Amino acid sequence: MTPVAGPSALEAHLVVDRGTFRLDLELRIAAGEVVALLGPNGAGKTTALRALAGLEALTAGHVTLAGQDLDRPGDRLWTPTERRPIGVVFQDYLLFPHLSALDNVAFGPRRHGTDRRRAREQAAGWLDRVGLAEHAARKPRQLSGGQAQRVALARALAVHPALLLLDEPLAALDARTRLDTRAELHRHLAEHPGATLLVTHDPLDALVLADRLVIIENGRLVQEGDAATITAQPRTDYVARLVGLNLYRGRADGHTVVVGDGFALTTADRLDGDAFVAFPPSAVALHPSRPDGSPRNTWPATIAGIQRHGDNLRVQLDGAITVAADITPAAAAHLRITPGQSVWAAVKAAETHAYPAAG
Amino acid sequence: MTLDSDEAPGAVRPGQVAPPRRARHRRVPVALLLPAALGLAFLVLPLAGLLVRAPWSTLPQRLTEPGVLTALRLSLQTATLATLLCLALGVPLAWLLARVEFPGRRLVRALVTVPLVLPPVVGGIALLLVFGRRGLLGMWLDRAFGITLPFTTTGVVIAEAFVAMPFLIIAVEGALRGADTRFEEAAATLGARRWTTFTHVTLPLVAPGIAAGAVLCWARALGEFGATITFAGNFPGRTQTMPLAVYLALETDLDSAIVLSLILLTVSVAILAALRDKWITSP
Repeated sequence: MTPVAGPSALEAHLVVDRGTFRLDLELRIAAGEVVALLGPNGAGKTTALRALAGLEALTAGHVTLAGQDLDRPGDRLWTPTERRPIGVVFQDYLLFPHLSALDNVAFGPRRHGTDRRRAREQAAGWLDRVGLAEHAARKPRQLSGGQAQRVALARALAVHPALLLLDEPLAALDARTRLDTRAELHRHLAEHPGATLLVTHDPLDALVLADRLVIIENGRLVQEGDAATITAQPRTDYVARLVGLNLYRGRADGHTVVVGDGFALTTADRLDGDAFVAFPPSAVALHPSRPDGSPRNTWPATIAGIQRHGDNLRVQLDGAITVAADITPAAAAHLRITPGQSVWAAVKAAETHAYPAAG
Repeated sequence: MTLDSDEAPGAVRPGQVAPPRRARHRRVPVALLLPAALGLAFLVLPLAGLLVRAPWSTLPQRLTEPGVLTALRLSLQTATLATLLCLALGVPLAWLLARVEFPGRRLVRALVTVPLVLPPVVGGIALLLVFGRRGLLGMWLDRAFGITLPFTTTGVVIAEAFVAMPFLIIAVEGALRGADTRFEEAAATLGARRWTTFTHVTLPLVAPGIAAGAVLCWARALGEFGATITFAGNFPGRTQTMPLAVYLALETDLDSAIVLSLILLTVSVAILAALRDKWITSP
């Protein structure tokens, strides 16, 4: 997971207009680097991937891969998909149903001028690397989801792409398979010498697989950085939810940050000016009546919803600020919480994290 | 994270249970059953009539009459050649209609289906006007290459292909529209050009649709009468296919016509039945 320094393999400024939607994203990926492109549905993730692959034309901007312009509408430059040094793993893999796993993987090398025998040898080698040597003769419909995913990865890697694109590569798998496949995918991505762009809406995929995260909303970049920075200092509600934090924006004055309508949160960090305050749902405690004691934030709240969250319950609270709180089933039983009930919420200042909003 | 969609209020309604599967198959309404039975009878009775009226006692002797086998062989040959011609020209045309946006595509699609609604005799006349010795293309073919099409076996193939090709095009275009074009995108990302993608990905994907179209096309060509007799005439051994032989026999000897009809029926049903389960039901 060490970010690889070096010249950018991919330099792109993707501008795609589609009706009222506009994707406008600058993207740089170094050789050997894995970048995750995260965003909610409709943020433009797949559009970005398709534009890089040449399956969609840019309206403006450029795609430059290994120093070569692949798409630059300003200069009327365009390289069709089949001549781009790319490999794509599609969300539902799109393995050719009439070809065996081996011939699926050999398809790329064959198209790149390798003769049939050597292409099949190479394909067998790739299937071996993804642990499917004994499934080479199977048709895609005879493969499990995890196996199909690995064949799709082998097929994309077999053309030695300068840019590997993965579109939600784990989304179609069930939870257990996903765990194993994710670990294996991590190994293969780490070995891939080219640039890799992983499109996903699953923060865990991004955190495990990527060196760097690029988060877009409504076609625009909202945050970019390594996993540690983004999980510690989310900058939008979407990112906060992604990393499982409560996030508020307000004005800081020393140890207090005023968020929303004059609601002041006491924080451990000392700060002035525009600021974010973040704290995890597990930092929120619920009490039947107003608690007293150590320096903490307390406020009356109403329970808006309750749902399971791992071993705990996640409680949505309305009030001066909307908050998610994680409590144990025992605590929930003790409080006899039901939707609509009034409670007191408390957060210790020491468990909050405040950071500047500007920059 | 906010509310999971599967736990959102109102998403789960325990009161609603799907009815057991069997219940949906139990009652067949009479209003549907009656016309269905009538429809079946309407299609099957004439065939039964053929069987009832067939001169079974003299059948072996009639089957070995030389003209019969000649006409049958010619029918099968020309229908097969016409189908091959339709495949060679019709599949690319279907691809063009399904995959390429071009001005006038709707008009072209309408034109392609014209032979379906045109009376075959009119089709035959139209073919004569184009490929006849004095026709637009026929005159040139005759002068430049000495090729004459009307009243030849090739003419039979052309007449049959003209009438049968729409069946193939419609089936293949439907299959192409139903096929997932993202497989073609996947092929492109692996370095396949459009032609390679067509031959290595698109064609195998729509193979069942092409097979279904080819079977329909072949069946239509085998039964072709009007365009054939108009454009190719009725010369035994050269252009006299089974339908033409049946028509000719009808004027002189009803029993012969029945025997020829039975043969045509048996052969076509046998071939269609062999192919139908495999392809026609799942294009």
